[in-house]
Amino acid sequence: MAEKAEELRVLICQGTGGLASGAQAVEDAFRAEFEKHGVEGKVGKRCTVVGTGCRGLCANDVLVDICIPGQEAVTYDFVKPELVTQIVEEHILKGEVVAKKKAGPYYNKFLEKQMRVVFSRCGTIDAESLDDFLAHEGFTGIKKAVKMKPQEVIDEVKKSGLRGRGGGGFPTGVKWGFCAASPGDDKYLICNADEGDPGAFMDRSILEGDPYGLIEGMMIAAYAIGCKNGYVYVRAEYPLAIQRLQKAIDVCYEKGFLGKDCMGLGFDFDLKIKAGAGAFVCGEETALMASIEGERGMPRPRPPFPAVRGLWTKPTNINNVETFANVSFIFYKGADWYSSIGTEGTKGTKIFALTGKIKHTGLVEVPAGITMREVIYDVCGGILNNRKFKAVQAGGPSGGCLPGEAIDAQVDYDSLIKAGAMMGSGGLVVMDETTCMVDIARFFLNFTRAESCGKCVPCRIGLKNMLDILERITEGHGREGDIELLEDMCVDIKKASLCGLGQTAPNPVLSTIRYFRDEYEAHIKDQRCPSNSCKALLKFEVIEEACKKCGLCYKICPVDAIKWEKGEVAIIDKEKCTECTSCYDACRFMAIE
Amino acid sequence: MSNTQAQAEQEEIDLSQANEIIDKYINMKGALMPVLQEVQEAYGYLPEDCVQLIAERLNVYPSQIYGVMTFYAQFHLEPRGKYIIRVCMGTACHVKGAGRIADTLSNRLGIGHAETTEDLKFTVEHVACIGACGMAPVIMVNDATYGSMSVQKMEEVVKKYQGMD
Ligand SMILES: Cc1cc2nc3c(=O)[nH]c(=O)nc-3n(C[C@H](O)[C@H](O)[C@H](O)COP(=O)(O)O)c2cc1C
Ligand code: SF4
Ligand code: SF4
Ligand code: FES
Ligand code: FES
Repeated sequence: MAEKAEELRVLICQGTGGLASGAQAVEDAFRAEFEKHGVEGKVGKRCTVVGTGCRGLCANDVLVDICIPGQEAVTYDFVKPELVTQIVEEHILKGEVVAKKKAGPYYNKFLEKQMRVVFSRCGTIDAESLDDFLAHEGFTGIKKAVKMKPQEVIDEVKKSGLRGRGGGGFPTGVKWGFCAASPGDDKYLICNADEGDPGAFMDRSILEGDPYGLIEGMMIAAYAIGCKNGYVYVRAEYPLAIQRLQKAIDVCYEKGFLGKDCMGLGFDFDLKIKAGAGAFVCGEETALMASIEGERGMPRPRPPFPAVRGLWTKPTNINNVETFANVSFIFYKGADWYSSIGTEGTKGTKIFALTGKIKHTGLVEVPAGITMREVIYDVCGGILNNRKFKAVQAGGPSGGCLPGEAIDAQVDYDSLIKAGAMMGSGGLVVMDETTCMVDIARFFLNFTRAESCGKCVPCRIGLKNMLDILERITEGHGREGDIELLEDMCVDIKKASLCGLGQTAPNPVLSTIRYFRDEYEAHIKDQRCPSNSCKALLKFEVIEEACKKCGLCYKICPVDAIKWEKGEVAIIDKEKCTECTSCYDACRFMAIE
Repeated sequence: MSNTQAQAEQEEIDLSQANEIIDKYINMKGALMPVLQEVQEAYGYLPEDCVQLIAERLNVYPSQIYGVMTFYAQFHLEPRGKYIIRVCMGTACHVKGAGRIADTLSNRLGIGHAETTEDLKFTVEHVACIGACGMAPVIMVNDATYGSMSVQKMEEVVKKYQGMD
């Protein structure tokens, strides 16, 4: 990290989360205070305010690190401009840490079991500064790579054991080998930054926090495979990511790192950004290429594989953002070092996005193979409101829900598949006892149905039919035999669809039936939602015996529909209630049904 | 974003901006998408006259362009509001009560997904994920992201923008 820097540095998180929480105002406040106190003169050092990328704990933004040379960096969380005066006067000028405002012990715990490799620059350097990048191993990987023959570079990646981080987990070196072996000189390299998976945002953080690192990974790939042209396909919903990456690309052109004879290393590589236009299926590689070509993003049958016939019919290699970012680090430290991390089948680290009913939502990078329990409890502090852990959804719309018993499963490609989910891009959505598993299945089906490109009948019509059934069930009109019918349809749709979207869309339904069949049955047989979450089945009544008379529901109700006095059981006025379910979520004692 | 929504009401559309954008891309492979994206940015939506012009100049059938426009969620054939409110309906946000936020918003503005208020002030869109899942539930108003939304906070945000012109 930056503890040893000669200048005094103030690192302010300016990822999307930081900016949404007011990071710009915090930065302005620091500059103003520095000016006002003439801080540089007083501490005798250059004081630099640095906007960094995401630190992983966006829920506690704005996060600020004060790095004074020779001292350990101190992290403050929830920083507001008002706090800045105090930090500058006490900490920076007098050397007394504002202990009360320091990020609590949870922050150390959050970092303790993590192994931040791909993220090592993200959140610690100025994402837009080439100098910062160069000072942190930047471009040393490509320099090593060009000293080897292209085939040796590919072998090194094979030796590292790196598997694609975009979902499928295909060995990266092997994939590069295919494209390198395709005849012809005109080849394309694509970085898949579509990140359509709702609940995952690691690619975005890399783009925003370490754009040069991604460019370096792509340069290494381009050299190894022999691609002269590259595209980064970024989803349009990521304006900040596009802006930072574009800036990094521009700087690289200016300095001669990209374009003809990159860095004087003897190879040519051109890199462009292509903004997506909001279709999940465009993350599928053949659809993505159709989209770059200016058509509807519809998948094509494979073979021919992109490595043989891809973008504009030329051989094409396509990898995920995190995959390319890993490549840079393999070349900084060597394949042996890389393959010493992780498990037999999954090498290196994996970034997970933890969201949902968890205390410290965020992005964590851990060595592959640690258990779900460690990630959820040790790194992320456990379940929100100390409720009971119910399930974790892994792998997004293509993945599955794992029940409480699976919490000791390891997080790597093979263990997760065995348990009935998948790693996918690494989204983990944690659910507690207030989340209805039938509703979650309905939710995912609604998503995949809307995002189906419509080319295959089973995917287009089958998913719609399944969704209708699930909607019926969550509204209390389920029928005998629905579960079996759903199971049948799942199997058929998986078999008959052309692309990964249709082939995996039934997974959330299958896994929830497998582990939570009783919840489906309760909805169908008793018109009851055991987690009291399906709105149509909620009664909006306070259960007297369970009510602890705390009044939380009273405070949260936006329409004053709850009557409550200190020491009394709350009562819901059904006339006034708009059934918004705020009170239900707020109650810590499950006293509302 | 765009400040031309008001002009959208007029019948005549000034095509010079669209022409300039097409000039920029006319010799590029796969020009259609970037042209559509930039034209939309300039006009706030994709007016029919522009689509005709793009078809003629890029030498593609209008039907093909409409095929592309209707496929992607990002393209809009109607004028849209000055403030685009995107409500995230992604998994993380769903689990944390995005449905409730969306309902409140619809009640407040009287419009649902993909609709625009009559005064062209607000457009509401339900989107799949904004990528700020750590702060779920999340909404965006134009380029500003608001995290950890509650029904109350939603009200405040709407009020703030209603007060602006
Ligand atoms: C419907 C669908 C959506 C996908 N979305 C993404 C995505 O958003 N990002 C991504 O990297 N890969 C996505 N993939 C996987 C890609 O098709 C491809 O396997 C991946 O980009 C390969 O990169 P890797 O080898 O580095 O993992 C998706 C696949 C399917 C079927
Ligand atoms: S499986 Fe679905 S998304 Fe994939 S090609 Fe077929 S219809 Fe399109
Ligand atoms: S559901 Fe919403 S409106 Fe009804 S009592 Fe609860 S908080 Fe109030
Ligand atoms: S954006 Fe600040 S920690 Fe993620
Ligand atoms: S799920 Fe809402 S921001 Fe990602």
